[in-house]
Amino acid sequence: MNWVTNNLETILSALGWHVALSVPAIVAALLCAIPLGWLAHRLPRYSGPIITGSGLLFAIPSLPLLILLPVITGAGMRDGINVVIALTLYGIALLVRSVADGFNSISSETRLAATALGYSGGRRFLTVELPLAAPIILTGLRVVTASTIALCTVGAVLGIPSLGTLFTDGFQRQILAEIITGIVLTLGLAGLFDGLLVVLGKMLMPWQKQVA
Amino acid sequence: MISFESVTKTYPGPRRSAADVVAVHDTSFNVDTGTITVLAGSSGCGKTTLLRMVNRMVAPTSGRVQINGDDIAHMNPVQLRRKIGYVMQHAGLLPHKTVAENIAVVPRLNGATRAEAKRSVDRMLEMVELSADMADRYPAELSGGQAQRVGVARALADEPRILLMDEPFGAVDPLVRTGLQQQLIDIQHELGTTMLFVTHDMSEALRLGHEIILLAKQGRIMQQDSPTRLVEQPANAFVENFLGLNAAEKALRTRTTADGRTMVVDAHGRPAGFLEQA
Amino acid sequence: MNVIQETINWLVSPQTWSADGHDMIARSLEHLQYSAIAVAFAAVLAIPAGWFMGHTRRFSGVIVGITGAARALPTLGLVTLFGLLLGIGLVPPMIALVILAIPSILASTYSGISAIDTSVLDAARAQGFTTRQLIARVHLPLGLAMIVGGLRSAFIQVMSTAILAAYVGAGGLGRFIFLGINTQHTAMLLGASVWIMVLVIVVDVLFGTIQRFATPAGVRRLNATTSAQSSAG
Repeated sequence: MNWVTNNLETILSALGWHVALSVPAIVAALLCAIPLGWLAHRLPRYSGPIITGSGLLFAIPSLPLLILLPVITGAGMRDGINVVIALTLYGIALLVRSVADGFNSISSETRLAATALGYSGGRRFLTVELPLAAPIILTGLRVVTASTIALCTVGAVLGIPSLGTLFTDGFQRQILAEIITGIVLTLGLAGLFDGLLVVLGKMLMPWQKQVA
Repeated sequence: MISFESVTKTYPGPRRSAADVVAVHDTSFNVDTGTITVLAGSSGCGKTTLLRMVNRMVAPTSGRVQINGDDIAHMNPVQLRRKIGYVMQHAGLLPHKTVAENIAVVPRLNGATRAEAKRSVDRMLEMVELSADMADRYPAELSGGQAQRVGVARALADEPRILLMDEPFGAVDPLVRTGLQQQLIDIQHELGTTMLFVTHDMSEALRLGHEIILLAKQGRIMQQDSPTRLVEQPANAFVENFLGLNAAEKALRTRTTADGRTMVVDAHGRPAGFLEQA
Repeated sequence: MNVIQETINWLVSPQTWSADGHDMIARSLEHLQYSAIAVAFAAVLAIPAGWFMGHTRRFSGVIVGITGAARALPTLGLVTLFGLLLGIGLVPPMIALVILAIPSILASTYSGISAIDTSVLDAARAQGFTTRQLIARVHLPLGLAMIVGGLRSAFIQVMSTAILAAYVGAGGLGRFIFLGINTQHTAMLLGASVWIMVLVIVVDVLFGTIQRFATPAGVRRLNATTSAQSSAG
């Protein structure tokens, strides 16, 4: 506990970096996965390749990806943007399937009703299809949020600051408390975000009896 | 008046080599304004296809549908659908919207303000005899009969001149169905809406229709008549058979049951009821 | 000469692969061997536990909790924690790898077994199957694809995490990455990264093939859904 009270500034800075890298990645993954997943739903012929491809993308180890990304993006190896891009890619890989499942779960009867009522294409997507796909997308988003927050720590071995810095620094300087603090805060942050998503889901989707 | 002029609908076969499937072939009839016209027939006779031609959910392969003399092929399908009510078998309520929001959909799509839509909702709930506290429920919290009432209320909320109904009461139990049918008759009487109603249940057709169109495969019209004339002067054996009026079923006998009551059975031995002693 | 050309040169250089050079072949085998050992240990613990939980159809809350928490568990934190607690060497990262491999095997065994229709089990019992026959002829064939799917995710995740294990002094392919970082040898850093990616994808595809063969023809359409769903590390 002593170490924690003496190093609050370091901890808060690591936490701040962690949030600053992972939140944009989660949001970007969601924004990219929705059109991709929708395409997989609309074009069943391509849904196999899209989903297999994203599965393969998720199998790529994070550290090598973080090392190779700068060659493509041109950013410095210690630039946080690499972490954001890598985490976004993993997030997309996980979410595309949930989004496609979400749109596929809408009953043909509901679609028929929406057409018969006179919804136009865009309005139907935004006010009928997207809300009805949302519960399954949210389940996927919770998985993505947890794994993104955990994966974000890996950048620390390349010198990109995050809660992972507490692991590398703690290991180099032989401070057990620092590593444990890092693990606890990573798990805590993931738990906090998960809770926020659950509450948000309940607020936005009151027709769901429970967002499991 | 809605008029169907030589409409045909073919769908591509299931495989590339397979022949086209003909759902409706060269069918013509008129639906008079302010009446209930029932399209009756067994499954696969093309009745739903014909119904969906009216709001352009199905486009005829050839022929045309006119509403009051205007060819609907020239109308914007989305705008057209907002002016025509549609009720489907399992109500088809939007699961993420409350009862009130479901009923308000079409008025809102047509540009009604929240307050105007709210007034429509209240009026409609009263018309289909649902209590006002149902307004905030979600479809998952309704019984089949309640959901169907909401379906009717939603279809009528923006006072369409035409209402299309596709076996709307097929999935509710018989007792509730009778209540819903009576309610529909009352509503039609009150509003004078032109209704096109699809069913495979002849007793429902006889009960609701001012005019009944009995269809065989591919939308072939076997008889178009009032219920009375249909029963009294069936045009052919198909009609008689569909009405259950053929000789075998008209020949009723009585039997005495174990508990001493008199049961009426048809020629196939199927019970038709008990004889009440007057 | 640009970086990409240098990297290609490093990758095709005999020096990189030969036993008297960097010996990448031996390191690759070592990497696979570590991963296999960790997954084997995890499987010995997780398959019986998952089978028991799946068979009794209870504890689903426990499974959800474990897999949920495992997703948020930072692998680097675990590796450094054990490295610091138990010192340099193979044992500390191995413990971390085993811990990381358990959840996906546990969860997939659980869902593979619990997904078997109870009426199938009742029918088998009614025909006079003994418990051993039940496991061998019903559980195994019907649950195998899911279990292989879990082993696949676990193996991929362990292969990824084993790279980080080099950070605390274990062998395997990760050492080229950390050597590359520390000596600013970009070609080695990038070359090793490319090679690891290739190796992981090859393993993933191989496992995918095994998984397809492990599925009885009658239930083949159900598979491929659990593959590689929780692997990056």
